[in-house]
Amino acid sequence: MATIASLKKGQRGIIKEFSLEHVPLKLLEMGCLPGNEVKLVQIAPFRDPLYLDINGSHLAIRLETARQIEIDLI
Amino acid sequence: MAKHINVALLGNPNTGKTSVFNRLTGLNQKVGNYPGITVEKKQGTAKFGRASTVHILDLPGTYSLNASSLDENVVIELLLNKKDKDFPDVAVVVADVENLKRNLLLFTQIKDLGIPTILSINMADRMKSKAISLDVEQMEKRLNTKIALISSRKNLGFDYLKKLIENYNQLPTKPCLNASNIAPEYFDRLRKAFPNQDLYKLWLVITQDVNFGKLDRNELQGIATFQTESASNLKRMQQRETIVRYQYINEILKETLTIDTANAKDLRSRLDRVLTHKVWGYVIFFSILLLIFQAIFDWSEYPMDFIDRSFAALGEWTKTNLPPGQFTNLISEGIIPGIGGIVIFIPQIAFLFLFISILEESGYMSRVVFLMDKLMRKFGLSGKSVVPLVAGTACAIPAIMATRNIENWKERLITILVTPFTTCSARLPVYLIIIALVIPDIRILGIFSLQALTLMFMYILGFGAAIFSAWVLDKILRIKTKSFFMVEMPNYKLPLPKNVLITMVEKTKAFVIGAGKIILAISIILWVLASYGPGDFNKAESIVAEEYASQNLTPEELDHHVDSFKLEHSYIGKIGHAIEPAVRPLGYDWKIGIALVTSFAAREVFVGTLATIYSVGSDDEQTIKSRMAAEVNPILGGPLFNFASGISLLLFYAFAMQCMSTLAIVKRETNTWKWPMWQLVVMTAIAYVLSLAAYQFLK
Repeated sequence: MATIASLKKGQRGIIKEFSLEHVPLKLLEMGCLPGNEVKLVQIAPFRDPLYLDINGSHLAIRLETARQIEIDLI
Repeated sequence: MAKHINVALLGNPNTGKTSVFNRLTGLNQKVGNYPGITVEKKQGTAKFGRASTVHILDLPGTYSLNASSLDENVVIELLLNKKDKDFPDVAVVVADVENLKRNLLLFTQIKDLGIPTILSINMADRMKSKAISLDVEQMEKRLNTKIALISSRKNLGFDYLKKLIENYNQLPTKPCLNASNIAPEYFDRLRKAFPNQDLYKLWLVITQDVNFGKLDRNELQGIATFQTESASNLKRMQQRETIVRYQYINEILKETLTIDTANAKDLRSRLDRVLTHKVWGYVIFFSILLLIFQAIFDWSEYPMDFIDRSFAALGEWTKTNLPPGQFTNLISEGIIPGIGGIVIFIPQIAFLFLFISILEESGYMSRVVFLMDKLMRKFGLSGKSVVPLVAGTACAIPAIMATRNIENWKERLITILVTPFTTCSARLPVYLIIIALVIPDIRILGIFSLQALTLMFMYILGFGAAIFSAWVLDKILRIKTKSFFMVEMPNYKLPLPKNVLITMVEKTKAFVIGAGKIILAISIILWVLASYGPGDFNKAESIVAEEYASQNLTPEELDHHVDSFKLEHSYIGKIGHAIEPAVRPLGYDWKIGIALVTSFAAREVFVGTLATIYSVGSDDEQTIKSRMAAEVNPILGGPLFNFASGISLLLFYAFAMQCMSTLAIVKRETNTWKWPMWQLVVMTAIAYVLSLAAYQFLK
């Protein structure tokens, strides 16, 4: 199962399902919605957090949240 | 026709809202707090066109009207309360042309509240270079609003925006989309239960508590009897609402916006490659910090010397030119040295705010958060704790307020508790004067001044203390919270000189006036306590004359002895001697003891206190520094401020919790006296023990 955490730098994916328990509404409001594209832009030193481009929003989230968001790799 | 218009500026963080605010108001602004809470409230007034007075409120940046932080809650509370005196006649939503999609989410929500809303699209000057084209007319039609394309950088489009604001009553107020179709059955029930209420407003009131917790507000009548949904169902509905809004926005943008991505040259990614690099990122960050400290110490020396000498001369001038008497003494010995003790630090504080404001404006701070998160987490902090810790070098109060965007309560609490360890600008006066007295003015390798390095070390010490105590707290605090972390990485921007300047002036002014009031009051009290005394104080002349009768002193020397006798027997002398046993083991005399005690109100009072105490009765035109250098240790002889007592003082000020305002803010932010009291006791105990150890070891 691929999640945002399994992306490599520069790689992209399409967001699939995730549970609202683990992914807060705030992230949805930033554009992290099923069907939208996500790209891994940068990885911080020590491999965490991840710097993403989600649907045009540039944001960083921690690995533990990234693991909760399933994607289809493209 | 003169009229008064209330405008609220709203928008996502990093859309340049503050620049728009600065463009509209210039220096006509006021920074205060929202009643009852410490979220910053920026207001300004401006005159538009036909003499309308426009009152502009700059609200905290928000991503949506679903509150998950105190900042966002302020916005919602205001928009839901029509009776608030700041309730906007017109809302201006500031959007960034490159992030329109996300910015419009907030716009559609505000629009649904039925408030006249203008969409002002900022950074329009970038459209060409980013190959963005926008069908404004079509967009206005679809969103049912008026749009102003502006650029605060190039000062474009503001005349039109002002005109729109002036004619706000011609704006359509119809909502954009009908939120109720996300759960028709539920909304029907709502409509029936509260027939007189605006439906979307009801929905916001209900869901706000789901995300943020119960708040004081005028309860809607009958809300208790309404059959509510479970929190998780409400959350699911909010998710659906977000999706519906995005669908709507996507549809509109498909018709009105084209971006030729192939043409977009990306400065962001190139800069990020260096600035967030696992080696260079840290090297750059620490070089920037070093540069800031070098600047504070080296560059501000000249204006400071000038201010120092001017105040000494002013005190002298008042003494010789005003009619002699107690009132003249109060001015020349109490007020002028006291105020001088704070005014002198304006250059350094201004430099500090200058740099911090540039780092934040440019978008670099977010990269630091990204770079430091994993590292900080090892100590129980968050990457976002870096901002409070760096901002704490200016002042702990805004720094503690800046912890609000830390989502995890435990990380936030630890940040609040350890931030006062970082070296705030109020410590600078104390550090600088003591370093100048006890650390030799030499250069290492011909470049680095030893004094500057000592100052740098004091900053590192403060930061180290903060990190170490965070690590300890992480181990001992038992708080379970769900961790969530998100930080937006804004595009890099060249900071606008006007914004930086306004921040620098406003913050420095607030600091000087805020601290100035306390210092003025304390200076006056101290002067009174030092100028009057019981018993022997009033017979000083005869007692001293008798004591030194055999020594054939000149009248000046005799006067000097009378003055020091008076000071020792004044009220302040009595108090000082009473506390001396507690401070003597640290290497201080009773005068420093007094300064230490008054410093618990605010640290910068230290220099002012000593300035007042040393000024009373002395009439030489001398700076406070030379007076301190001349002080003699009453027991051991030799200079009072020597290496051992100097280091001990530095350590005491580095660790002790000496700031009433910070304690008040911590109480407010944590909602209990437990944490501020904890800080006061623990930090002061650490300070005492370390100072004691240092002095006893070094003396």
